[in-house]
Amino acid sequence: METMKLTIDNKIIEVPKGTTLFKAARELGIEIPTLCYMELHDLNIENKPAGCRICVVEVQGRRNLAPSCATNCENGMVVKTHSTRVLNARRTVMEFILSDHPKECLICPKSGSCDLQNMAIRLGIREIPGTEIAKMSTYRKDTSPSIIRDLDKCIMCRRCETMCNDVQTVGALSAINRGFMAVVSPAFEQNLEHSTCTYCGQCVAVCPTGALTEVDHTPDILRALADPTKTVIVQTAPAVRAALGEEFGMEPGTLVTGKMVAALRVLGFKYVFDTDFAADLTIMEEGSEFLDRLSRHLKGDESAKLPILTSCCPGWVNFFESYFPDLKDIPSTAKSPQQMFGAIAKTYFAEKIGIGRKDLVVVSIMPCLAKKYECQREEFSTDGNRDVDYSISTRELAAFIKQANIDLNNLESEEFDSPMGESTGAGVIFGNTGGVIEAAVRTAYELNTGKKLEKVDFMELRGLEGVREATIDFNGTPIRIGIAHGLGNARKLLNDVRAGKSKFHAIEIMACPGGCIGGGGQPLHHGNSDIIKARAAAIYREDKKKILRKSHENPFIIKLYKEFLGKPNSEKAHHLLHTHYFDKKKKFIVKQ
Amino acid sequence: MEEIKMVKYRKQILVCSGAGCDSRHSEEILDNLKLELEALALENDIQVIKTGCFGLCGLGPVVKIMPDDIIYTKVTPEDAVEIISEHIVKGKKIERLVYKDPLTQKLVSASSEMASFKKQLRIVLRNCGIIDPESIGEAIARDAYLALGKVLKEMKPVDVIKLIQDSGLRGRGGAGFPTGLKWKLAFENKSDEKYVVCNADEGDPGAFMDRSVLEGDPHSVLEAMAICGYCIGSSRGLIYIRAEYPLAVARLITAIKQARDIGLLGNDIFGSGFNFDIEIKYGAGAFVCGEETALIHSMEGLRGEPTVKPPFPVESGFRGKPTNVNNVETFACISPIILKGASWFSSIGTEKSKGTKVFALAGKINNVGLIEVPMGTTLREVIFEIGGGIQYGKKFKAVQTGGPSGGCLTEKHLDTPIDFDNLVAAGSMMGSGGMIVMDEDDCMVSISKYYLDFTMDESCGKCSPCRIGNTRLHELLEHICKGNGTMADLDRLRNMSLVIKDTALCGLGQSSPNPVLSTLENFMDEYVAHVVDKKCPAGKCRDLMQYFIISDNCVGCTACARVCPVNAITGERKEPHLINPSICIKCGACIEKCKFDAIIIK
Repeated sequence: METMKLTIDNKIIEVPKGTTLFKAARELGIEIPTLCYMELHDLNIENKPAGCRICVVEVQGRRNLAPSCATNCENGMVVKTHSTRVLNARRTVMEFILSDHPKECLICPKSGSCDLQNMAIRLGIREIPGTEIAKMSTYRKDTSPSIIRDLDKCIMCRRCETMCNDVQTVGALSAINRGFMAVVSPAFEQNLEHSTCTYCGQCVAVCPTGALTEVDHTPDILRALADPTKTVIVQTAPAVRAALGEEFGMEPGTLVTGKMVAALRVLGFKYVFDTDFAADLTIMEEGSEFLDRLSRHLKGDESAKLPILTSCCPGWVNFFESYFPDLKDIPSTAKSPQQMFGAIAKTYFAEKIGIGRKDLVVVSIMPCLAKKYECQREEFSTDGNRDVDYSISTRELAAFIKQANIDLNNLESEEFDSPMGESTGAGVIFGNTGGVIEAAVRTAYELNTGKKLEKVDFMELRGLEGVREATIDFNGTPIRIGIAHGLGNARKLLNDVRAGKSKFHAIEIMACPGGCIGGGGQPLHHGNSDIIKARAAAIYREDKKKILRKSHENPFIIKLYKEFLGKPNSEKAHHLLHTHYFDKKKKFIVKQ
Repeated sequence: MEEIKMVKYRKQILVCSGAGCDSRHSEEILDNLKLELEALALENDIQVIKTGCFGLCGLGPVVKIMPDDIIYTKVTPEDAVEIISEHIVKGKKIERLVYKDPLTQKLVSASSEMASFKKQLRIVLRNCGIIDPESIGEAIARDAYLALGKVLKEMKPVDVIKLIQDSGLRGRGGAGFPTGLKWKLAFENKSDEKYVVCNADEGDPGAFMDRSVLEGDPHSVLEAMAICGYCIGSSRGLIYIRAEYPLAVARLITAIKQARDIGLLGNDIFGSGFNFDIEIKYGAGAFVCGEETALIHSMEGLRGEPTVKPPFPVESGFRGKPTNVNNVETFACISPIILKGASWFSSIGTEKSKGTKVFALAGKINNVGLIEVPMGTTLREVIFEIGGGIQYGKKFKAVQTGGPSGGCLTEKHLDTPIDFDNLVAAGSMMGSGGMIVMDEDDCMVSISKYYLDFTMDESCGKCSPCRIGNTRLHELLEHICKGNGTMADLDRLRNMSLVIKDTALCGLGQSSPNPVLSTLENFMDEYVAHVVDKKCPAGKCRDLMQYFIISDNCVGCTACARVCPVNAITGERKEPHLINPSICIKCGACIEKCKFDAIIIK
């Protein structure tokens, strides 16, 4: 391998050809500050527009300062990363950026976790010269069901664009305008709601400032909790328990299931339930649907289309409704666990505790921002009353817990309430990429073959490869399974399906890299895949701890069918637990 | 296919149809001349030719009669009859249309006698104003495609590249990168596909060198692109041109079609087995798209914004393939170099800047227009001899070279021989060749604000120093022009300018503070007058002006008071009047009305 030998801050270093000054300096323990640079390790994607110009360094012999993130090391280079010339330039550029940034840190949702704020501290900025005559670039604030765009706070780092276009291939965001008014926006400055946005929230997860944030529903929840006429119940998605601890200083991968349950009780939720219960229910419906389609398909019924696609992920649903509406009869019609939970809660459970659905408020804690949109979809409400009233993210829950002065670290663990808090290991692994299909295989195998599955762990379905495939032997019938996470990877599989080239019987897709554990509503992981891996491992640990690890063995699910639903895919189950999809391709430009 | 024939005429009337003359109805002049000749049955005797730009844009429309070598300026369509009846039929010169030398006030009719032409050496503009740009036959008669034939038949790519390297030709787009070296790098980067791109995204205000070449001699560019394609191993040429140049676009389209029709573009050119074709890509008129990486992104359908170099386009350009980008003027130099040799070209110019350079003269100069001079010609020669000096006999104050982001040079720089390095050393740059002359009435603080206004608007917004910094510079200059500045602001102005230059991503931001820095350097006293004395010495900054009535001169006619739109002037009839400065909006209406020179600005 060809190497380059150079001097950085009087230290000599030899690095492989193609290494940037930024990375070489980091090897030497020199952290060059930057605002726009972002590295997504496992995805092999870098955001380095070299736009913020904070990471500039002095390279001997060059006329201008060089952006260290986008300048490759060369033999004999002599580099100074913190010379007075660099420091002065960095400070002046930082003053420029701050001069066009609102000074409302007191009420900014990113305050405390804002890269710009931290940089101002790091560079010791105490005043911004010329503020009295400095005009600001201001834009219309855009509030969608999931995401708020407050572009006055955009610093043009373009990270959101990289996520939206390169990783997710959604193409909802790109730079518009020029000069001082340049900003990232959907085409023609449309609202996000009228764009192809899937609300996956990956843009929010990487935004260094408060320009992109989630719509915060905690004030609504607080009001409901304070209302004595309401019974407020909560469901928590599997991925939340594997990441919430990070917001409280715990190591990534710490499971806080019990503490989280306890905290939710302290917050005043009457019943603390688990979305995992609904995940088990999803497997019953989706698994049965799959087996039905498979058996008809194997018998030569051409109306039974395969592959079946999972439908748990609302970002993914939005994606195919926008980009692959011609394939909308292929995904499973099963609702997502969040919505199955809502539908059962507002019927079966409300009946059980003897209250009307309007007095029951269902809250979900999700690693996801698209869930906010999902619960607002018209088809998921009855007479204007939503099945799930509010959905908040892991980050919002953390803020809520802190707001209530609850010391999560020192809470005693508590158990979920019954019956909708009871789940199997299959429900838990829904949080990981590959988890939904693994849960489905565990159940489908037994229902299909009538044999007991001895080995429950399907290692071939796990991992962080963007696109994975595996063949599972169903008693002599090889079932070919495809898995994709990240919408860019999903697009690859979908293109094959559209072209009739797909060899799979079933495909699992999750919109976010890593699956729900890497969701847009999770604590910020800054592209560090070690954090994702730690969360994934935690989820599998939780699965392993469970005595019951197959959805169809969940006694409360069995009871639910017996008492209320009949059997999987029954008429009642269809009415409550299945949905249909829309063609969102034809969009109209809406005048502001 | 155009029929190429040679017919002998007694006289030829050349009518400029460059965009400047065209906008002043030269097309009508052309029609009227033809009608008049037909009426007199002289159409087979006298030929009327539509040509490209003569360079005398301030004097257009221009008509030249050959072989008499007489130039008529500011011709109107109505003058056509007289030109035919007097000049052509009677052989009498029409004095009233003859050019008057602004310095000597003498009539100069022969173009060879015009000072503005005497010092010029036309290599790039060799055919502009001479041939009909819509006739490939006329171009070929002036040796178009001869160099291409020679290259394809007799030379190997490496030999041509060597020749261009030896000639010392440097890119005319602004940065002055050695053209031969660029070709060599593009040649050496192996790829299944390569591209030759012609940068015709001329965006400097007041600059129209490239437009004139494309309008006046499009084949010179097409031929050079094919030569470049042969050298670097490319069969596809792209011309990136701004859509606001409709005439240049139309002539390019015609020229490409003509060249294809007779096999000078397309497959197996000159039977050599070499294939090359050219397509046109349109720009939407963003200044930053003149920067080659931004240009390439724009051609790819992406947002026109630059990316960090390296990788250079010769390594990874259009669609990720090696791409050689040259400016129009650079391409126009190629064929003469091949036909006349490297040493001929390198004998012209200075040590490190060879050949000639085209400049667009604009501003307070008598001969507004296009000129081409050998490198090394001094600013004084360009402005005072070729340019005919300053308008209305005013005093020269500064010249801004290099477009909106060049620097303002002063009296002390006038004897600097113009070349790439000298201009940079003097605090400006060659740029693409705009030259804007300012006189004593120009306020240099306002001038730098004006240029910032342009670059601020044209910044793509990608990097923070250019996106925000330029706006901050502009605001501070405005602050100073309003009389609110302090000496500390001048320090801040300099620091911001230096940091923007030092940190901006592309050439636009790296040079946008040049007008500020060069005026701070050369006209510090004017800045100080603005911030300390709260005065604008040139009387341009409205907020720093005050209107006064000299009571001795005022006869009390009340004309000023009646015309004042805000009733700021009071006084009894036949008594001296007074202006209330707190009401006065400095519109100047009173000064225009006063017949007694009683109102002054201080």
